[in-house]
Formats: sequence, structure tokens, C-alpha cells
Amino acid sequence: MTVAQVPRRRRRRAPSPWHLVLVPVALLMAAPLVWMVLTSLSTLEETRRFPPGLPSSLHWANYATAWHDSPMAHWLVNSAIVSVTCVLSNLVLCSLAGYAFARLRFPGSSILFIATLATLMVPFQVVMIPTLLIVKHLHLVDTLPALVLPNLATPFGIYLLRQFFLSLPVELEEAALMDGAGRLRILRSILLPLMGPPLSTVAVLTFLSVWNDFLWPLVVIASPSKMTVQIGLATFTSAHYTNWPVLMAATVLSQIPVFVLFLVGQRWFVQSIASTGIK
Amino acid sequence: MVSPSVVLIAVFGLLPVVWAFWLSFQHNDLQTPGQWAGLDNYRQLAHDPVFRDSVRHTVVYTVLFVPITLVLSLLAAAALNRRVRGITLYRLAVFVPVVTSTIATGVIFTWLLDPDYGLVNTILAKLGLPTSGFFSSPHSALFAVVIMTVWGWVGFGALIFLAALQGIPQDLIEAAQMDGCSRSGAFWRIEVPLLRPVSGFLLVWLTINALQLFDEVYVTTKGGPLHATTVVVYYLYQQAFQFFHAGYAAAIAVVLFAVIALITLVQLRLTRDPSTAGERR
Repeated sequence: MTVAQVPRRRRRRAPSPWHLVLVPVALLMAAPLVWMVLTSLSTLEETRRFPPGLPSSLHWANYATAWHDSPMAHWLVNSAIVSVTCVLSNLVLCSLAGYAFARLRFPGSSILFIATLATLMVPFQVVMIPTLLIVKHLHLVDTLPALVLPNLATPFGIYLLRQFFLSLPVELEEAALMDGAGRLRILRSILLPLMGPPLSTVAVLTFLSVWNDFLWPLVVIASPSKMTVQIGLATFTSAHYTNWPVLMAATVLSQIPVFVLFLVGQRWFVQSIASTGIK
Repeated sequence: MVSPSVVLIAVFGLLPVVWAFWLSFQHNDLQTPGQWAGLDNYRQLAHDPVFRDSVRHTVVYTVLFVPITLVLSLLAAAALNRRVRGITLYRLAVFVPVVTSTIATGVIFTWLLDPDYGLVNTILAKLGLPTSGFFSSPHSALFAVVIMTVWGWVGFGALIFLAALQGIPQDLIEAAQMDGCSRSGAFWRIEVPLLRPVSGFLLVWLTINALQLFDEVYVTTKGGPLHATTVVVYYLYQQAFQFFHAGYAAAIAVVLFAVIALITLVQLRLTRDPSTAGERR
């Protein structure tokens, strides 16, 4: 293609031809979720007719059925407790450890840091069975603390915050150190105000991974009242198989908290994921 | 100040790794103390036809899932990188699956791909195309899993590619167009090569996740029909928590770990661009 093409005018008002690509792409990606919502508002008969179509009227009763036929409220509360605890503890513990690894030299500090990074590369399936045995020794099987404990401090959060502290000039802290301020004090009053972006990234990624986690809760939780919303939904699915309107209503309910947070903080979510490349 | 994290990571990060290796040399039913088994588990693994099948399914799945997701993500990101009206809405539609849980994805696709009343078969039938049993047929189940997980991951790939595309200086492309390069020529010859480090990262990340496929299989097919979607991690789960062969499952985990580590190293080597070695973006 050696022939020069006339550069297209950028600022013209006519609709861009890219809409022809973007509309089908967006429709394809949104279709499963739109269909979920439409089905959740249909009657069972409407989902069995051919061809399928829009619900004749909004059938909210499916949501009531899903809510009453399952401990959905319990599951949502459990998921919220576990995720929020993990987010808070990650914010505190990863800040402390990240700061120590970035600024303090102590015996074994580099080995400890390398060991921390190494655990980042290990797939969860490898450590799953031993982790279950550890939790068993602690007599915590089938309790919420079992879901929280392994996620209290994640190597990824420590790494992210260490890199952030390394990017800050040491001069910021030197004056305070001379005046005799302790490290914790420096962290709290000088560095904390600067830590908004990395902390929000840790919060978003921890929340997403804990809220959507499935395998670990599946392995360690048995009683319906202790389930998180993901295993709850999976068991509900096996119990109500083929009652699609109710199942879709339950799925919507299980996703609402994350969707609402995503819509409110879309910028944060997108930036957090884009800047670290972790889902 | 580092100690709480170090203790946690030692107990829930390092100890289990060592323990996993140790377990893989044991017969252990998760209830009674284990018995030393030497290399029995590994020897058995080498001759286990179901394990061999699970490896084959995982390989087929990965070979389909990773390239399809990579290419679709790149194309979606290219389209989302335009300044057109409503672009926020388009981006929203593509990114929402990123925060949708694997379980919700599984439930939704079981319904969409339902052989009798599902939307997809209805549309196929209307267009006069052959319908499919999807999850209910051993011939199509694995491909249905590919379709479902590609949907779940394209948004993530597009998000990463889009961030990288926006980091490319606009001058570069304008200069190329000045020199007579078409817009699409500039995309394929300038932007795509510049995306090499990001593509390498995504390739590794998608492969690691493909090899660890579990959630979506658990919620849609439970490894069936006729073992057609029994992938390695699903088989590991069955061995550990349905048959209580925890030592055997640990051996599977160790093999999986070794393969993932090896593939990651090779892929990182292959995709490393000498001019940008060391930096990720």
C-alpha cells in the first residue's frame, strides 16, 4: 500500500463508520447480560415458547421466589463480610509490609521479599489441599474466618505498594526522621495522603478476587448459612435447574453489588485492572 | 511492621507449597494421617487414562481459548480506541463481563446455550443454520466452554490492550500517515508491533488461567458429558474431594505447577522484545 491516502477529516459531524463495528461488538458482549435480565422478568411459560421474545409484563415475582427459596440475604452478607474484611486488612498489612520492604534493611529482608514474590507464581490449586489441612488444624473448617485468613495479606498487594514506595523520593521522609518521628508516624501522616491511587487499586482488586472467588469457598464451606454468594448461586442452580426465570433472578441478585460498584467506580476499576493487568 | 504479613504469607503461602510436594509422596485421605508412598502417585499418574484425557482436553481448550481471546481483544481494543459518540457506552458493554463472576457466567451461558429453549439455538434455527447440543453433547461441550470463557475474558484483554494503545504517542501515527501510510497500515505496522510486550504479558496470563480452568466447568458440565470437559484442575478436584485421594491430587497439582512454570518461562523468552526488555509497557 504505497499510494498516499488523503487523511480523513477528524472533526466532521457525520457518524463515524466505526459505529458499524462497535454496535455489533457491544451488542454481542452485552447480549448475555441483557438476556439474563429479560429472562429474570419473564414467566416460566414465556421462556418455553418459540420463538423467545420480550416478557409480556415485568414479572418481579421471580425475584421474590429467588430471595425466599434461598438464604440469598445470608450469602450476600457473608460475601460482604469476607470481602470487606480482606480489603481492609490488605490495605493495612500490605502498606506496612510494602513500606518495610521498600525502606528498611533488616536481616533476611531481601530473602523474605523474594519468598513473598515466589508465592505469587504458585497456582492456588497447588496450595489448596495443604491450606485446607492447615485450616482443619486450626478448627476453622466451615467458618467465615477460614475464608478470610488466607487472603488477609496478599503478596501482590505487598509488591504493588513496595513499588509505589520505591517511586517516592526519600527526601520526603528525611526531615521527619531527623525530628525523631517513628516510621509508623511517617507512614500515617506523611505518606498516607499520597497513597490514594495504589491503595484504591489494592482495594478494587482484592474486592473483586475475594467476592468472585469460588474454588476455596467450595472446598472449605459446607453449611448453606456460611456460604458466599458464588457457591450459594452454584448450589441454587443445581436445585432449581430449568426454572430459568428464578435462576436468572438469583444470578442478577448475586451480581448486583459488583455491578453497582462497577458503575459507580468504573474509572477506578478500569484503571486498577489496566495498570496491573490482574483480573 | 513487616511481621504480620510475613507470618501470614509463610503460613498460607510458603508452607502449603512445601506441604503440597510432601503430600504428593503420600497416600492421604484428608481424614487419617498419611502414609508414605514414594513415587507411587506419579507412577500411577503416568498410566491413568482419565488423567491423560484431562490433559488432552486442557490442551485443546487452551489452544483454542488463548489465540481467539487475544485476537478478539486486540480488535475490540482497536475499535474502542476511536473517539466516536457514545464510546463510553460501548466500552461499558465490553468491560462489564470483566467483573461478572465465573459462576454467574456459567449459569447465564447454560441458559443461553440450552439445546431446547436457549436463545442461541433459536437464532441459529431461524437463520436456517444447524443447531447444537452445546453443553449436553460430548462433541460440542468443550467448544461451548471455549465460547463462554472467551466472552468472559475478551473484555479483560481489550481493557489491557486499550490502555496500551492509549499510551502510544499520537505523533508516531500522524508521522506515519504524513509519510503516506494508511490508517490501517499504521495500526498493523506501528501500533501492533509496539503492543508486543503487552501481548506477551496477556499471552502468559491467558495461558496460565486457561490451564487452571475450573469454575466454569464446575457450574456448567461438571466435567461431562462422558468426561468431555474433564480438565486437569477439575480432575484434581474430583480426586481430592470426591474420591479423597489427596496425595494423588497433590501429585497432579505438582505436575500442573511444573508445566505452568515451564510454559510461562518459554513464553516470556519468546515474546521478549530486545529493545524493550525489562519494561512491561
